Amino acid sequence: MLDCGLDMTSTLNFLPLPLVQSPRLSNLPGWSLKDGNVFLDKELKECSGHVFVDSVPEFCLPETELIDLSTVDVILISNYHCMMALPYITEHTGFTGTVYATEPTVQIGRLLMEELVNFIERVPKAQSASLWKNKDIQRLLPSPLKDAVEVSTWRRCYTMQEVNSALSKIQLVGYSQKIELFGAVQVTPLSSGYALGSSNWIIQSHYEKVSYVSGSSLLTTHPQPMDQASLKNSDVLILTGLTQIPTANPDGMVGEFCSNLALTVRNGGNVLVPCYPSGVIYDLLECLYQYIDSAGLSSIPFYFISPVANSSLEFSQIFAEWLCHNKQTKVYLPEPPFPHAELIQTNKLKHYPSIHGDFSNDFRQPCVVFTGHPSLRFGDVVHFMELWGKSSLNTVIFTEPDFSYLEALAPYQPLAMKCIYCPIDTRLNFIQVSKLLKEVQPLHVVCPEQYTQPPPAQSHRVDLMVDCQPPAMSYRRAEVLALPFKRRYEKIEIMPELADSLVPMEIKPGISLATVSAVLHTKDNKHVLQPPPRPAQPTGGKKRKRASDDIPDCKVLKPLLSGSIPVDQFVQTLEKHGFSDIKVEDTAKGHIVLLQEAETLIQIEEDSTHIICDDDEVLRVRLRDLVLKFLQKF
Amino acid sequence: MDPECARLLPALCAVLADPRQPVADDTCLEKLLDWFKAVTEAGSSLLLLQENPCLVELLFHVLKPQDLSSRILSFALRLAGTFAAQENCFQYLQQGELLPGLFGEHGPLGAAAWAAPTVRSGWIQGLRSLAQHPSALLFLADSGAVDTIFSLQGDPSLFVASAAGQLLVHVLDLAMRGPAKGHGRLQAQDWPACAQRIVCHLEDCLCSEAAPRVTQALHVLTTAFGHCHGLWTQGLWVQLSPLVARLLEKDPMPAPHALVELLLSVARSSVPSSNPGLWETAAQTLSRLSPMQAGPLAAGILKLQDCPQALRTQAFGVLLRPLACVLEATAQAPGTPGLLEGAAGDPMAVDMLPPSKSACVGLLCSTLAHLELLQPLPQRPSPWPQAPLLAAAVTILRFCNGSAAPSSEVGGRLCAMLVGCVRVQRAALDFLGVLSQGLGPRELVTQVFAVLLEYLMSPDSSPTVLKKAFQATLRWLLSSAVPPGCCDLEPRAQLVLRELLAVLQKRLCSPCWEVRDSGLEFLTQMTRRWGGQAGFRQTLLASEVPKLASQLLQDPESYVRASAVAAAGQLSSQGLLAAPSSPEHPAGPQTPLEELLLVLTTDSEGFPRRAAMRVFTEWLRDGHMAVAEDRERFMARVLQAASGDLDWEVRVQGLELALIFLQQLLGARSPGAAPPGALAQALRALCRVQLFEFAFRSLFDCDRPVAQKSCDLLLFLRAKAAPSSSPQEAGDSPDVAPVEAALQRWRAGEQGQPLGELAPEAVLAVLRSMDLEALRDTLAESSDHVERSPQSLLQDVLAAVGVLGDNEADCY
Repeated sequence: MLDCGLDMTSTLNFLPLPLVQSPRLSNLPGWSLKDGNVFLDKELKECSGHVFVDSVPEFCLPETELIDLSTVDVILISNYHCMMALPYITEHTGFTGTVYATEPTVQIGRLLMEELVNFIERVPKAQSASLWKNKDIQRLLPSPLKDAVEVSTWRRCYTMQEVNSALSKIQLVGYSQKIELFGAVQVTPLSSGYALGSSNWIIQSHYEKVSYVSGSSLLTTHPQPMDQASLKNSDVLILTGLTQIPTANPDGMVGEFCSNLALTVRNGGNVLVPCYPSGVIYDLLECLYQYIDSAGLSSIPFYFISPVANSSLEFSQIFAEWLCHNKQTKVYLPEPPFPHAELIQTNKLKHYPSIHGDFSNDFRQPCVVFTGHPSLRFGDVVHFMELWGKSSLNTVIFTEPDFSYLEALAPYQPLAMKCIYCPIDTRLNFIQVSKLLKEVQPLHVVCPEQYTQPPPAQSHRVDLMVDCQPPAMSYRRAEVLALPFKRRYEKIEIMPELADSLVPMEIKPGISLATVSAVLHTKDNKHVLQPPPRPAQPTGGKKRKRASDDIPDCKVLKPLLSGSIPVDQFVQTLEKHGFSDIKVEDTAKGHIVLLQEAETLIQIEEDSTHIICDDDEVLRVRLRDLVLKFLQKF
Repeated sequence: MDPECARLLPALCAVLADPRQPVADDTCLEKLLDWFKAVTEAGSSLLLLQENPCLVELLFHVLKPQDLSSRILSFALRLAGTFAAQENCFQYLQQGELLPGLFGEHGPLGAAAWAAPTVRSGWIQGLRSLAQHPSALLFLADSGAVDTIFSLQGDPSLFVASAAGQLLVHVLDLAMRGPAKGHGRLQAQDWPACAQRIVCHLEDCLCSEAAPRVTQALHVLTTAFGHCHGLWTQGLWVQLSPLVARLLEKDPMPAPHALVELLLSVARSSVPSSNPGLWETAAQTLSRLSPMQAGPLAAGILKLQDCPQALRTQAFGVLLRPLACVLEATAQAPGTPGLLEGAAGDPMAVDMLPPSKSACVGLLCSTLAHLELLQPLPQRPSPWPQAPLLAAAVTILRFCNGSAAPSSEVGGRLCAMLVGCVRVQRAALDFLGVLSQGLGPRELVTQVFAVLLEYLMSPDSSPTVLKKAFQATLRWLLSSAVPPGCCDLEPRAQLVLRELLAVLQKRLCSPCWEVRDSGLEFLTQMTRRWGGQAGFRQTLLASEVPKLASQLLQDPESYVRASAVAAAGQLSSQGLLAAPSSPEHPAGPQTPLEELLLVLTTDSEGFPRRAAMRVFTEWLRDGHMAVAEDRERFMARVLQAASGDLDWEVRVQGLELALIFLQQLLGARSPGAAPPGALAQALRALCRVQLFEFAFRSLFDCDRPVAQKSCDLLLFLRAKAAPSSSPQEAGDSPDVAPVEAALQRWRAGEQGQPLGELAPEAVLAVLRSMDLEALRDTLAESSDHVERSPQSLLQDVLAAVGVLGDNEADCY
């Protein structure tokens, strides 16, 4: 199984979970059907024309019905965003296999899960809504609830216990490490340049190679650069995890982010940045580190609020071997690789596990707050939205591309604060993909259907699709696809003693042949040629042979022949040996030599020679020997 | 030649002839040649050689088989050519068989030295100098040099090949000049033999299947028609034009670029007046060339003052075709009247855009550049399709930012090729800016502002694109004034302004310094133009822009600080800068004047300080309120800061400020001396602001422009203080000794010494006693005037090889 992501956009259908009692949210009117029926008004609330489920947010799980997940042997994880559904799989489907991921992926993935669990669990909600999921009722609901898919499979968030259990099933791997899977294939993670520890995977046998390219980046940010060279010579390249906002250039967006942040703060407003606790935030803090002095913002406090803020900032500093070269070299100076250490040291950046506690004592405005969750449905961000939403001096800047910012803002309407959308998605865009594919030249590319056509809203943008030759094979949800290659060869090892016994004979310059008599031993998809057992020694005793001692019968082998028969010389030889009245006919495949007198026919073709004569075995043998003179034996 | 040089010449020739003493510096040889050329142009070469036999000896010496450096050999060839340019000297050198030795088959031409490109180049240049008279022509013909020149046209060294082509033209011109006199149209059979050989060679080349030979011939012809103005060129065209026309029929056409250059060269010559067939060839060429190749020809034709209207129409059509395709690619209904009626609807025309991205981008950029150059010319095509061109520029910009909606497959392809292409964006924005000179339909102008705003707002706009977008916006705002030339912005522009300021606000906070800088420049220009207009003032003051601009005075980037100084100066001039300052520096200066003085006195970089001086100069000239309040105090503070500045441009600007002050006190316009009363008053004021100390000190400034400026200033003052109006006459002689003593010390480089209190009378007396005119003349001479003398050059060469005993070499 390749990756194990969790679709969190389902949470956008739910009301936010406020950290402190919000009169506004609790007083929202219940929703009633057109006919005035109010049986759903406890479950559904209306806010500025949108309807939300008033319940603990639920998540949309990966497809579980198409295959039996208990039969999955291995899960390969590409990056920490692509493992958020792991506890659902490992704990509830009978999965008994192994999960492979790099160390930073596991550590930061744990932080993301921990934050998620914490956000949900710290504001327990007694109410659980399920009536609306009834298919007959769902049909009657307004969009987008009406159109939500597979709502019956939506699940509440997992627990920390499940997270721990799931993570215990992960086996850590390093870049370029070769991992044998049942002898059948070898898998290797490669740096993908997107996030700390993020990987692309190569799945290969001796003669076939499949590359799985997930979230990757060619930009110079904090992680180790993408390893492109190792993707070369793939039979199939499975391409996914491209940028979600192909029209937004990350550099431009960072500039936009900084400008809007400075503009707001200079006017005395506060800036709220809903974000994940790891990833782009490191780069943003680095940009701000360089920018704040030049923009005259040195006195403005930056707050990072997350249950895992401290761990995230500190973890980032210790994964030196997973960082880009510049950052790695800093470690040897020694200096912290990320400049946020200095921001913390100089009190410009302060981090807190939540708004409760120390934060409320230190809180100073105007300020900039980085906090989760980017969906605006849970986490400390909900509090800041409620607190700052009423003033047009304040600004919320969306940097995470995973959620539609308009949908995220819907339960906060009407909203006076400014909203800026600066999605920073460093993953590959279509131009970079084109260059990458030209560089690595896979025989076939397989990708989601969405990548093979322009975005529906910009149907003229043919530049916003994967452009490769031959055209990419696309797949859609729940589609079963046969990858376009066949396993034609298997590699067989020859034991050294057997190899030693071979006597190759050169049949053409540079080509030698040897016959092999051996036993083919196959175990765990590995094939080995072993020397044949010695002929059974005549045993004196009456010891019974064990079954394992059975040896295959070794027939006496005839020598193999090679070479071609030059017809003219052959005819001369025949004449020399007393045959006369010889006639040669050319056929499509070779020649026919007719010995009219002897009523015999010799058919000479490229890969066969037939002597056809009437029951004259002596003649046949004579002719055979003459033919053999022209051939090599070994 | 001056005697000292003549004295040094034998030693020089000995050095040059000695292979053991290599002249290391090539530039010395070039300077020597320049000097000899000047000497021979001023007098007789023959005399020169006779008076300085060492020169001929040097040339003879070169002929001897020896290990002489190729540079010296090349030098000798060129020197011989320079001398032989005069016919009597040519004869003199011929007598000694020197010229055949140097330029004939037995000279370097047949030796190993010929392998050096510099020798071949020297050979060509020598002949080029020599070929000035009929004797030279005979010599060329007899020595077989013409054949060598033919072969050198294909020399691996591009310099040699190009020089060979030019020499051929020169020889052809020389040959034709004599007999062509009086004969307008000489028949080919009457041409001199040498000319016939060259033309025959060109004909062979034009008929050749080898493209490089065709190119060589075309280059030679281009030079001939470009540089030779004799009537014979008409005959040459008559002779060769059928061969040129035949090139057009070949597929692929050989050397299309060279062909275009030739046609344009012929078109600019006197040929068309007598040979209208040229226009036909040009028309045929236009239709045969690819769009990329035809562009320069079309643009060249349109720049011609005089050419048939039909050809101009055809050329304009060719130039417009790429833009017509762009318009067609977005037209909702195919065949919509576009830029080119008919042509754009023609499927051939739509498909003419090159399939590769780089070619398509190149074509669009060159088309836009051609049209941009054409727009302001009086001979530009009329009627000028302003509206479709505007629409095309807007559409290209929309393709580049992905907002255009293509209506065809070509459009889709264009979209994919142009999205994010900075090169096309820059070219289109430049073109759009130029189009602001003309009017456009209201709806289109709205679209222009809309697309410009899109670019200004887009986070993806690169800093250079943004700068061009700002420039184009400014031009369009300027052209939107109603009536033209009026200060008021029309209501639509007023609306745009509001959005513009919102964008500007954000751009001034950009992390990219180039963007902040362009934003500030834009603000300065807008304020200069509309600062007095109520609508603008209101909108600007309602925004954060003035505050942000003054905060940028503390920007870490010096260029931005300089632009912020200019912006703050302009805003303050218009009364648009409220008391600043940034929250970062609450205890900082309070008025714009104080702020800029702080920049002048404390900024570590020169650019902001220079900008501050420019602002102060403008303020003084325009009578800014902050200056007018206490002009003397202002002058004293600024001059004090400027006089001590390490940057000479700041000091020059300080003197400029002082000059304006002086002019304001004494009257710049009124000629002659100032009235005595006014003068006395002015002098006292000048003493109070310590202008004289600054000016006198500057006279001895180590940077020449500062000294020159100071000299001008003091000369102006002296002119105003005519002797008759001198206060000196009224009383005793003033005590000038301390001033003169100080001046002496300053001249000696002791700048630390202050001048102390000055009496106006003493200043005037010193001023009169100084020979300022002489000082001005000395300063006007370039700093190396001594070192550039030929004598110095000769000494240099000799000193470099140690011939001169003491080290008298000049250093430069």
